[in-house]
Amino acid sequence: MGAKQENGDPEDILPPLEQELSHELDMKVKKYLRGEGADLEVLKDKKLKGQLYTRENLYGTSAKTAAKTEKWLLPSAGGYLEAEGIEKTWRIKQDTIGSEVDISSAKNQYDIVLPDFGPYTLDFTSSGRYMAAAGRKGHLAVVDMKNMSLIKEIQVRETVRDVVFLHNEMFFAAAQKKYPYIYNRDGVELHCLKEHGAVTRLQFLKNHFLLASINKYGQLRYQDVTMGEMIGNFRTGLGRTDVMQANPFNGVVALGHSGGTVSMWKPTSAVPLVKMLCHPGPITAMAFHPDGHLMATSGKERKIKIWDVRKFEVLQTIRGHAKTLDFSQKGLLAAGTGSFVQIFGDFSGSRNYSRYMGHSIVKGYQIRKVAFRPYEDVLGIGHSMGWSSILIPGSGEPNFDTWLANPFETTKQRREKEIHSLLDKLPPETIMLDPSKIGTVKSAKKKEKPTKKEMEADLETAVEAAKGTAMKKKTKGRNKPSKIAVKKKEIVERAKKPFLDQQMVEEEKVAKKKRKIGEEIALPTALQRFARKKATT
Amino acid sequence: MKVKVISRSTDEFTRERSQDLQRVFHNFDPNLRTQEKAVEYQRALNAAKLDKIFARPFIGAMDGHIDAISSVAKNPNYLKGIFSASMDGDIRLWDIANRRTVCRFPGHQGAVRGLTASTDGSTLVSCGTDCTVRLWNVPVATIMESDNLSDCSSEPRAVYMGENAFWAVDHQWNGDLFATAGAQVDIWNHNRSQPVNSFKWGTDSVISVRFNPGEPNLLVTSASDRSIILYDLRVSSPARKLIMRTKTNSISWNPMEPMNFTAANEDCNCYSYDARKLDEAKCVHKDHVSAVMDIDFSPTGREFVTGSYDRTVRIFQYNGGHSREIYHTKRMQRVFCVKFSCDASYVISGSDDTNLRLWKAKASEQLGVLLPREQKRHEYNEALKNRYKHLPEVKRIVRHRHLPRPIYKAGVLRRVMIESERRKDQRRKAHSALGSIVTEPMRKRRIIKEVD
Repeated sequence: MGAKQENGDPEDILPPLEQELSHELDMKVKKYLRGEGADLEVLKDKKLKGQLYTRENLYGTSAKTAAKTEKWLLPSAGGYLEAEGIEKTWRIKQDTIGSEVDISSAKNQYDIVLPDFGPYTLDFTSSGRYMAAAGRKGHLAVVDMKNMSLIKEIQVRETVRDVVFLHNEMFFAAAQKKYPYIYNRDGVELHCLKEHGAVTRLQFLKNHFLLASINKYGQLRYQDVTMGEMIGNFRTGLGRTDVMQANPFNGVVALGHSGGTVSMWKPTSAVPLVKMLCHPGPITAMAFHPDGHLMATSGKERKIKIWDVRKFEVLQTIRGHAKTLDFSQKGLLAAGTGSFVQIFGDFSGSRNYSRYMGHSIVKGYQIRKVAFRPYEDVLGIGHSMGWSSILIPGSGEPNFDTWLANPFETTKQRREKEIHSLLDKLPPETIMLDPSKIGTVKSAKKKEKPTKKEMEADLETAVEAAKGTAMKKKTKGRNKPSKIAVKKKEIVERAKKPFLDQQMVEEEKVAKKKRKIGEEIALPTALQRFARKKATT
Repeated sequence: MKVKVISRSTDEFTRERSQDLQRVFHNFDPNLRTQEKAVEYQRALNAAKLDKIFARPFIGAMDGHIDAISSVAKNPNYLKGIFSASMDGDIRLWDIANRRTVCRFPGHQGAVRGLTASTDGSTLVSCGTDCTVRLWNVPVATIMESDNLSDCSSEPRAVYMGENAFWAVDHQWNGDLFATAGAQVDIWNHNRSQPVNSFKWGTDSVISVRFNPGEPNLLVTSASDRSIILYDLRVSSPARKLIMRTKTNSISWNPMEPMNFTAANEDCNCYSYDARKLDEAKCVHKDHVSAVMDIDFSPTGREFVTGSYDRTVRIFQYNGGHSREIYHTKRMQRVFCVKFSCDASYVISGSDDTNLRLWKAKASEQLGVLLPREQKRHEYNEALKNRYKHLPEVKRIVRHRHLPRPIYKAGVLRRVMIESERRKDQRRKAHSALGSIVTEPMRKRRIIKEVD
C-alpha cells in the first residue's frame, strides 16, 4: 500500500533505472505470493479480519524478502544464447557454442557410441548429478555426470524398455521383458515386481513414493515403494501404450493412447479423472511443463500441440513430428524425431513457443529419448547408437536448493534427506487435479431437496411402518376383522398424508410456473385466433 | 553471438577443508517445490501426532507429608524452592529439582490453611485453624544446595495470636504487609503482633485473599456468603462487592493485566472479571466437572492453572472458554492447591493423597538445553500446527485427551443437563409473550448483584 502511494506522488517519481528495478521486483514478488490474497472486505467479523490482515501482511513481507533474495543473493545467473545481426539462434551449431563456452562446460558435449545394445533410454536424478541409461538389449548403466565416471553397468540379457530412478540415486527400476525390477546402485537386484507384468513405461512419483507402471495389456499400477503395498491397479481399457508421463505439479499420471486420447489418472479412482481427445491419430509422446499448467503432446499426424491443462484447451499447434518430448526446468521444449532434435522456447512470455535451437546427430541414428539434465544447460539424447549430450543454453535452473536437490550432495546429506522425505511422504489421496484444495476447509453444502425417488422411498417405508402397527385388543364388537381392516386403512392413509400433501404443493408450484411461462409467451397476432380459448365461467 | 551456459566449479560449492561446515544454498522458487501445500499439511499432521507421542507431562510426585496438602506457596526469589503445608500442621520446603524436602517448619497445632512468602523470599507466613499466624525465616539458598540429606528444621521468628481460625493469607507485593482471612480480613505488619487494620463486610467467614500485583494496596477476597469483595488499604472501608450464585474458592490476579482477576468457583467454572467492571464476567472458563478449588496465573499472564475436586488439574488460556490441557493420574485424589512455577514452565499440584506433584506446563515440551536447530524445529512445528489447527484431521488429534471414565461420564452428564436446561428455556421463551423472558448470557447469569 505504501509503495502505491509513493508511486502516485508526483514529487517522488523514481529515476528510470530504479523504476525498472522496482518493476522487476514486483514481477518476482508476484511469483512468490502464489496467487491472490483473500478478500477481507467482505468479512463482517472484525477480529477475524484483523487477524487475517496481519497474516496477509506477513505473506507480503515474506514474498518481498524472497524476491529480494532471488535478485541479489543467488550465486549464479542463468545461461542464454543471443543472436547478433542476421544470425538466427536455430542456425547456430553445437561446435560454435562449444568453442565459445568455457572448457568445463564444453566437456558436456559428447557422444557415447555403444552400437551393440541400443536404442538407449535415459533418466536423470532430480539433482541432475546421476544418469541411468538403459539399452533395449539389456545394458543398464549408472553414470556420475559430474566427473563423468561410470558407477556401475550390468547386462541383464533381456529386453529393457524403460529405466527410472527412485527417490535418490541409490535405487533404480528397470522395465524388463517380463517384469520390472528394482536394482540398487551397485547393480544388485533387490526386487522383482511380478504383479506389474510386462511393463512398457515406468514413472516414479517422488512426493508419494509411488512407482507407476503401464503394462502391455493397458493396466496401470501404482506401488508404494516404501512398504511395497499395491495402491492401485486399473485396467485402462484403451489398449497398449508406451506413452506415460506424470505431472510434477499434482502427481496425476497421464497416458497417451493409440486412439488419440490422453487419459489422466489418480491412484484412488478406477476411472480416469480426464479423458481428452488430443489428436486424430495415435499419440507418440507427451511432456509436462514443470509448473504443471502446460502439456505438450505429439501425434502421428505430424503435429505437436501445447495444451493448457487447467482449461483443457489447446494453446498452440506446431507442425512437426516428435517421437519424444521433454520440457526443461526453464520451460524449453525439446522434440526429437529420427536423428534430429528441435528445441522450442517461449520468449514472449505469452505461452507462445517458437524455434530456438536445433541439432542433428549422425544420419541414421534413431533418437529414442530426450531428457534435459536438471540444474544444467544440457540435453541428454538417447539413440540407437548410444547416447549424446548437447548444450542448450538457458534450459536449466541456475540455482539449486541444498534441501531440495543438491548436485554436490554428500552421503550424510543424502541420508538425512531420505529420512525427511520419508517423513513428508504424501498419502495417495493427495493426488488430484487441483492440489491447492489440500489444506483448505470444505465450504458448507447447501441443503438439497429430496429427489422424487427418495420421496417415494420415504413414502414406502412410512406405509410399511404404518402397516406393521399392532392393534390393541378391544371389547366385543369393536374387535371385528372388518373394523380392524378399516382402522388399518385409516392409519396407512394418515401416514401417507404428509407426503401426498408435499407432492401436491410441489405439483402446484410446477403448474404455476408453467402457467406463468404460458402467459408470457404471447402468440403473434396472426396466430392468436387459433389459441385455445379459456373456458368462460 | 553471445552465449553463456551454467558452469559450476566444484570448489565454489563444496567446503575446502573437512573441518569446515558444508556450504548450503537456498532457492525459494515455488516451481522447484511441487505440491508444497500438501507436503506442508502432511508435516502439520506429523507435528500434531509427534506432539501427542511426546506428551509426558508428569515429572514426579513428592511424598513426605502425612496428611492432605492444604496449601502451596512459591518462593518468588528462588525458582527451585516450593513451600507446602498440610492439614496436620506440617510445613515443608522442597527442592523441586531434586524432589526432596530441604527444611521443615514445625509448630502449628492444627491444619495450616494459608501459606505465603514475601516478595524478597526471606519470610514465610503461615496461618491455620489453631488461630495463630507464624512468621518464619526462609533458609538461604546455599543451605538448599548443600548435600546433607538430613532435614533441617527451623523455629518461627514470630507467633501472633488471633481470635478466630484463619483461612488464608497473602503477602503484599513489594511491601511488608500481609493479609489474613478468617472471620474478618486483617492486615498485618511483619513487626507488630496486632493487625494494623481490619475489614469486615457481612457476617460470614472470608476464605481467600489475594493482593493485586500491580497496585500493592488493592486486595480481593472471597467469602463463604458467595461474595467477592475488593478492598483498598488506603481508604478504611471496602470498595466493592459482588455476589454470585455460588461460592468462590480462590482468586488469582492476572500479573500482566493487573486489573483482571479470575475466580475459581464452586459451580465448576472459573470467571474472569475486570475489577473496574464487575457487572459482567469477561470470560467464563468451563470444563471442570466438580468444584474448582484453587487457581494460579502463569507469570506470563497468558494462561492459568486450576485444581479441582474432580481430581484433575487443568490449564486454561486467559481468554479461552475451554481448557488447553488436562492432567490426571490414577493416584491423584482431590486437588486442593495448584501453583505455576515462576518460570512458567512447571505446574505444582497438592492433593488429598498427601503428595505434591510436579507437571510440565506444556505436556510435550522438550526439557533441557536445546540446540538452535532443535529450537527452530520446535518453532516450525508449532507454527504448522497453528496454521492448520482448524482442519478436522489436525484438530481431532490436537484436541484429543484421554479422560478417566468417571470424569468423562460426569462431563457428558453435565453437557446433557445444560443442554436440556437450554432447550427448556427455549420452549418457555417460545410459549410466552415476546420479550417477557430474557436469556442472559452465561457471563452474567451467575451474578446476583453488585454492591458499591
